Amino acid sequence: MSTPTTAELKPAPPPVETIRIKVDGRELDVPKTMPDWQGKPQPTTMLQACAMAGLEVPHYCYHPKLPIAGNCRMCLIEFGTPMMGPDRKPVLNEDGSPKIARSVLPYEPDAARGAIACATPISPGMELYPSSAATKQMREAVLESLLINHPLDCPICDQAGECKLQEYSVEHGQATSRFVETKVHKPKQVDLGPRIMLDDERCVLCTRCIRFTRDVAGDDALGIVNRGSYNSIAAYPGRQFDNNYSLNTVDLCPVGALTSKDFRFQMRVWFLKETKSLCATCGTGCNITAGAREEKLLRFEPRQNDAVNGPWMCDHGRLNYKWVQREDRLSTVISTRTGSGTWTGVLAEVAEVLRNAPKGSVAMVLSARQTNEELYLLNKLAVLCGAITDSIAREGQGDALLVSPDKNPNSNGVRLTGVAYTEMGIQIPKIAAGIRNGQIKTLVVFGEDVTRHGLEGDVLSRLDHLIVSDVLPNETTQRAHFLLPGCAHIEKRGTFVNVKGRLQKFMKAVEPKGDARPEWEFLGELLQLLGRPENFKSLEGLFNQMAKDTPAFAGLEWSRIGDLGVNVKL
Amino acid sequence: MPQEYRLILKHADEPGYTPDIECYLRHGGYESLRKALALAPRELPDGKRMSAQEQIRDEVLKSGLRGRGGAGFSCGLKWSFVDRRSGKPIYLICNADESEPGTFKDRQIIHKDPHQLIEGMVISCFANDVKLAYIYIRGEMPEGAKLLNKAIKEARARNFLGPNILGSGYSLEIHVHRGAGAYICGEETGLIESLEGKRAYPRIKPPYFPAVLGLYQCPTIVNNVETLAAVKHIVAMGSGEYAKLGTPNNTGTRILSLSGHVKRPGYFEVEVGKVTMGELIFHENFGGGMRDGRKLKAIIPGGSSSKVFKAGETFKLKRKGPDGQMAAVDVGILDLPYDFDSLQQAGSMSGSGAIIVMDDSTDIVEALANVSEFYAHESCGQCTPCREGALWMSKALHRMTHGHGRKADADYLLHIAQNIQGRTICAFGEACAWPVLSFVKKFKDEFESRGAADEARHGSIQGATGHPTAASPGLPVI
Amino acid sequence: MAFIVPAELEAELNELVTHYPQKRSASLMFLHAIQEHFGFISKEAAEWIASKLDLQPIHVWELVTFYPMFRQHPPGRHQLKICRTLSCALGGAYALHEHFCRKFGLDPKAHGIQTTKDGSFSVEFVECLAGCGTAPVMMCNDEFHENVSLSKADELISKCQ
Repeated sequence: MSTPTTAELKPAPPPVETIRIKVDGRELDVPKTMPDWQGKPQPTTMLQACAMAGLEVPHYCYHPKLPIAGNCRMCLIEFGTPMMGPDRKPVLNEDGSPKIARSVLPYEPDAARGAIACATPISPGMELYPSSAATKQMREAVLESLLINHPLDCPICDQAGECKLQEYSVEHGQATSRFVETKVHKPKQVDLGPRIMLDDERCVLCTRCIRFTRDVAGDDALGIVNRGSYNSIAAYPGRQFDNNYSLNTVDLCPVGALTSKDFRFQMRVWFLKETKSLCATCGTGCNITAGAREEKLLRFEPRQNDAVNGPWMCDHGRLNYKWVQREDRLSTVISTRTGSGTWTGVLAEVAEVLRNAPKGSVAMVLSARQTNEELYLLNKLAVLCGAITDSIAREGQGDALLVSPDKNPNSNGVRLTGVAYTEMGIQIPKIAAGIRNGQIKTLVVFGEDVTRHGLEGDVLSRLDHLIVSDVLPNETTQRAHFLLPGCAHIEKRGTFVNVKGRLQKFMKAVEPKGDARPEWEFLGELLQLLGRPENFKSLEGLFNQMAKDTPAFAGLEWSRIGDLGVNVKL
Repeated sequence: MPQEYRLILKHADEPGYTPDIECYLRHGGYESLRKALALAPRELPDGKRMSAQEQIRDEVLKSGLRGRGGAGFSCGLKWSFVDRRSGKPIYLICNADESEPGTFKDRQIIHKDPHQLIEGMVISCFANDVKLAYIYIRGEMPEGAKLLNKAIKEARARNFLGPNILGSGYSLEIHVHRGAGAYICGEETGLIESLEGKRAYPRIKPPYFPAVLGLYQCPTIVNNVETLAAVKHIVAMGSGEYAKLGTPNNTGTRILSLSGHVKRPGYFEVEVGKVTMGELIFHENFGGGMRDGRKLKAIIPGGSSSKVFKAGETFKLKRKGPDGQMAAVDVGILDLPYDFDSLQQAGSMSGSGAIIVMDDSTDIVEALANVSEFYAHESCGQCTPCREGALWMSKALHRMTHGHGRKADADYLLHIAQNIQGRTICAFGEACAWPVLSFVKKFKDEFESRGAADEARHGSIQGATGHPTAASPGLPVI
Repeated sequence: MAFIVPAELEAELNELVTHYPQKRSASLMFLHAIQEHFGFISKEAAEWIASKLDLQPIHVWELVTFYPMFRQHPPGRHQLKICRTLSCALGGAYALHEHFCRKFGLDPKAHGIQTTKDGSFSVEFVECLAGCGTAPVMMCNDEFHENVSLSKADELISKCQ
């Protein structure tokens, strides 16, 4: 049976009004309007039209998610428009094609007059010449100007490898400079804020950082001081540039002017292994690229997903990776009963406990930090044991931009997999009472320190069996009879459903330490020990089975979920 | 005999003429405003009615008045671009940021006859449905700002300003806003940013054409002091009479500022195009010739940003012959009529009407270094070519005037300037590049021989790698 | 030290704000008025203006550092600003500047502001003052002086003293 795809059900979109233009001689129909930085339709620009023709026009100040400044002049291109006769009708060539008037300087008719592609709208019949000799000359000249006062300190610059000045110099620059004057000196190593250093000599004054913090982050804290060639980016003297989005300016900076204190001098970027993952700090699920070297995490950077975080992420989430490498990470599988220290041994003991547990004597507290796949398997386990399940809500401060007040990355996963149907945590008092009155004898805890959420130490001490999986030590793990070291999400693959119902997958960036294993792996083995067929060899297989069994995920397949995720029905 | 024609400055220098309103009224002041406000709607042959406002705008268009600030654009056309359907307020700003080196004409109007400006402004605002207008006066004219504030107060007291002007139902407020020493505020979008309380960074066009998205993103008219004063006279005498002054396409009068090595520097109001460059410099009614028996060497014809003329230059100008046909004729620099079109055809511009005359004692490299230092100091630094290029040129010229020139510096300077003009957000790119391009091209031998002499004296400086060289002295901090 | 704006000045500033549909527009006029009163724009002054106009202090600082007329340090009691630009240079501005500098023991080669040790005079080159027909021109505080010969310069100094 084939169900119609959603695309077929939608009415046909209204025809897009297009404009016919030429880019480097190639005819092209482009939409009359395209989204501006806020997504509002605006007349299509030359830069957007060139991109549609597969040509990237080099630029520094332009950024698709920031208001247009037009100051770097790197995107100047030569262009022409249909020539108009005195009767306001197009002048034609002999072959009947419209005659094109190349744009020239009014006072020097043999010199091309460029237009900045980022801000100039296209018009019917326009011809763009992003590869012409005149365009290249304009680019070369802008680049030469940007370099005359730029320190040539690439060997010690953190931006090396992802610097637009370097890249464009290779593509559009000259080997030598004519400049023989003394360079302008500006402040270096400016402590701009708690997380950012500024080198004004490297700055190309594109103002991306200023526009970002003013127009996106809503903290109008940066500006330009002095004048002309001495212009310098600055915060008000004595004030720190310190908002929760400040590190996005480091990503935005096309050169090495703004660097992250956390990452600077840590690693040459070309040595980084980059992995597509998610931020798990709150329920927004910002898409990230994790940078690692030799199994050591070195940075998180936002990965653009316009359905979730655009190109941004908050500083708190970005820096929330260090704990992964904490020395006290749980890395040993332990049974306090037998002293067994092997997965085979401990899982066999756990299986034994659960197999013998009478119906109604098992409860499970499962974190909304676990993946959908893990929650799906844990729910299977709960059904098998007839266990009562719940999760822990984690509320905090949110903001208007990205930070969600829900501090769990997968609260919706908890709901959709059936671990908690209603409000999270309402079963906890019931579980506590059950333990107190001796009805509940076995507690399975995944990823939560339940002693801080209503199941205090004296409650836990009444249990016969406390089976715990976690990544960092806490009072619950200390009291565990069976400790199953799990993985941080960055050490495994899986999916989360964010607060808005976007199911997104993430990949493994670094290997877990010691015995720690992805929970889905050992949960499968445990279920198999209990006689179930769910020992999945691959996460793909597990996900696809989960999708079949879970109404909200119906029709999904791991291989067909792109890097940007899909919306599911909440 | 070539002579002044005083229209705007008719009374300014008369003995006993004072800038107060009583004096202005004694000389027929605010009569043009009364006339404008009293205009009845006119029935057109097609049955449509033309409002008083439309009639004034039409008069200004027909008068051929071209902007006196620098660009020489038709004032009537500029007004016609104003978006009158946006539902947003329309603002008018008087550009009194007179700062193009060589120019001192608006100063005369502001200091000697401020009410004439106010009257011209009120009429222009009435014609364009403006309810709130500003006079952006440069910060270095504190006396002018005081005089204008006093004039505004006087005009308000007599109901030439404020609510319900002269019972017409039309209301207008004008405020004086002071700049603070930035040349770039003369650029209309830079001025608007400055008036909004920001650094005077010119705006990109498109989309920020003032007529549509100007002050506070509302339609805005920016007109020069002299232009607004001229509007008063167009209303007083009618566009037909006004257009009879001057020459076709170059109508009316202009106040020219003459400075430099002439015997009688000063301001002269003339009919546009009726006086030649030679007459302006040499005639006894104007400059009176060169000082100290010196010879003419160079003329900057329209403020320091305009391209320099070299003594003895001739140009091919398009002129109507006796048979009515257009033909190219050779015209020498001194026979060049001082008007918008002739100077443009000669490869420069009349700009703000400021003529700086240099005699043969002038060191042309020093002169250009002086001009370039000005532009390096005044570049706002917003866009790359000008921010980096203006100082680069100035540093090179500073080096040359301090004994470290190179023969190659002439081409070096041309290269830098060539890469600025036409590539910047505003016309400042041209303003800083044109003096360099024209000085170096027209006096190349002086640049090259000076550089060659320096090289002969102490060898050529190294530094083609882009690394700073010890031999290149820095500019003083500017 | 607390930054205190006299009530009379504050009333004047409050009136200025009413000239504009947007408060920020009053920035330059505020800076002029504050500088006129205090002699320069201190950080405290910039912060006071910012809070008065609902701005971030960096917005005010951007202006103070952009517009050459604003000072971050107190200048001399008599501020001599000599026009440096072409027409005045052709008319002897450099000699005039040098004359002042030598009189006051200041560096004649420096273009920027220099103040005498006793704080009575500051001398600086400024760009075109729009008085080119009567070069060289200069300003002494708010007063404009034309055709300033060296002897006129001396008269000016003695008048100030």
